[in-house]
Amino acid sequence: MNAPLSPQTAPAATGYNFAYLDEQTKRMIRRALLKAVAIPGHQVPFAARDMPMPYGWGTGGIQVTAAILGSGDVLKVIDQGADDTTNAVSIRAFFQKTANVAVTTRTAEATVIQTRHRIPEKPLKAGQTLVFQVPIPEPLRFLEPRETETRVMHALADYGLMHVKLYEDIAKHGHIAKTYAYPVEVEGRYVMDPSPIPKFDNPKLSMSPALQLFGAGREKRIYALPPFTRVKSLDFEDHPFEPTRFEAPCALCGATDSYLDEVVTDDRGTRMFVCSDTDHCEERRADGHRGLLAGDDLVDTITREADVERDDGAPIVPLP
Amino acid sequence: MPMPIPISTPPLLEARGLTKFYGDRLGCRDVSFDIREGEVLAIVGESGSGKSTLLSLLSGQLPASAGEVLYRTRAGEIRDLAALSEAERRFLFRTDWGFVHQDAARGLRMGVSAGGNVGERLMAVGARSYGAIRAKAEDWLDRVEIDPTRIDEPPTAYSGGMRQRLQIARNLVTAPRLVFMDEPTGGLDVSVQARLLDLVRRLVADMGLAVIVVTHDLAVARLLSHRIMVMKQGRVIEEGLTDRVLDDPRAAYTQLLVSSILQP
Ligand SMILES: Nc1ncnc2c1ncn2[C@@H]1O[C@H](COP(=O)(O)OP(=O)(O)OP(=O)(O)O)[C@@H](O)[C@H]1O
Ligand SMILES: [Mg+2]
Ligand SMILES: [Zn+2]
Repeated sequence: MNAPLSPQTAPAATGYNFAYLDEQTKRMIRRALLKAVAIPGHQVPFAARDMPMPYGWGTGGIQVTAAILGSGDVLKVIDQGADDTTNAVSIRAFFQKTANVAVTTRTAEATVIQTRHRIPEKPLKAGQTLVFQVPIPEPLRFLEPRETETRVMHALADYGLMHVKLYEDIAKHGHIAKTYAYPVEVEGRYVMDPSPIPKFDNPKLSMSPALQLFGAGREKRIYALPPFTRVKSLDFEDHPFEPTRFEAPCALCGATDSYLDEVVTDDRGTRMFVCSDTDHCEERRADGHRGLLAGDDLVDTITREADVERDDGAPIVPLP
Repeated sequence: MPMPIPISTPPLLEARGLTKFYGDRLGCRDVSFDIREGEVLAIVGESGSGKSTLLSLLSGQLPASAGEVLYRTRAGEIRDLAALSEAERRFLFRTDWGFVHQDAARGLRMGVSAGGNVGERLMAVGARSYGAIRAKAEDWLDRVEIDPTRIDEPPTAYSGGMRQRLQIARNLVTAPRLVFMDEPTGGLDVSVQARLLDLVRRLVADMGLAVIVVTHDLAVARLLSHRIMVMKQGRVIEEGLTDRVLDDPRAAYTQLLVSSILQP
């Protein structure tokens, strides 16, 4: 997105405009993005287009990426932290085919990172853009189903209900039970759904040097966190927000500060915990870090559970 | 009837010529009155006489066709309700006002625990200590005679009388100055009604609340209110101190109401 924008002359596959969307549509999306950046955390409606894939694939994120991608960009796509899941591979291939952009799995090398459900472990830098795929953009949805009412609630910052939900959690479970899509308050103003990232990632949302864009395709909403936006996870003084902590380090690279996935290592159901951010884990191992189970053959045989469930039950089908 | 309130205090709320038409149909017409802190005003009248319409106009939930409602804020300003922004109106509603509905499901969140119901207003105005919110909710459950150990149950697990008392706790927790009640005892057994009325009477006296209560039940008006306004076909046909209106009704219609209801 640091490269000049359209019109593009890059040799994309014939029959497509650069990055699939027509220029008119991209302009419309960029206008929505500009508004979203100007009002951090505020949901901006946009005329989402049909994409050649089902909604559960992250069509909102894909449209945002298509609208900001330039020919000089380097794209990374992750799904639950991994570059190698069907979803991530297909979206990456889609943009290689339609925009002919360079791709990478290295967080540090990417200029645009499209993500589902994670923020990379490596701190992002100025000039990078993180594009989130969002299934349900409205944080008040399950408390107040009427859209007319939620809009007024946002307009008036009438967010008592949000804390009622957290109160109910503590009353029922003794603590705030929400572990992902944990709601945040942006710059003391809008309450925002950070998409289904684990709450472990919430602190990374705040004061990031990178631009963070959120696209919801089915719900036709875009929102954004410009660089260095203050983002606070909602909580109570006496029940403060606490990011998930893991008891053991990553079994492969020994990292103690990364988000871990439970993975099955063989057909007897043996399990271990490894970094969900595959690039992070590989880089650490390349640097010589070793976890307890770091046999290199093992790494290739693990089954990623992350690959199994979708946000909306949409079937996992490869792109045409 | 409770002791009358001296009229030297300035009105908290003033209605002037309030009129509402629903298209061609009259909701209410040319209603004027005022109410002071500590005062309970009962609005009585038959079905369709415009009581609920009037309550909606007074609480700014419905725009008037003519007339105005003036409200004295905590800051001492006299504000025309129609000129309030939506934000100001909502703020009044969750701090300075209460609204007790006949149907508890309209006034409560039926899927949220009693504690969450009572705590909502506190959280809406910025309370962020779980412990303090809970303690206050427990205190209020106790004050409305609900066993505080039932704080984590949803209103669906409560009886009709308990639900009404929970609504009252939910409304009074921010110490409002004005409470609207639309048939608060409707649909309750007589003994349950009596207990609720007794509770409301005590809270009104303790907190110095102004209450505008709509009821078709003159016994409720007798027990709770200082003053009565009798409505018929959208108009106020008689107004006065409760004892005077009930013991010595002037309008023929009021005489009929009193004789049919109070003296079997
Ligand atoms: N939303 C509306 N649209 C049209 N007419 C209405 C509306 N609400 C009330 N009315 C009419 O206004 C008049 C007054 O109704 P209102 O509900 O205020 O009476 P009420 O005294 O509260 O009656 P009840 O004791 O049955 O609750 C009635 O003729 C009613 O039909
Ligand atoms: Mg009514
Ligand atoms: Zn690792």
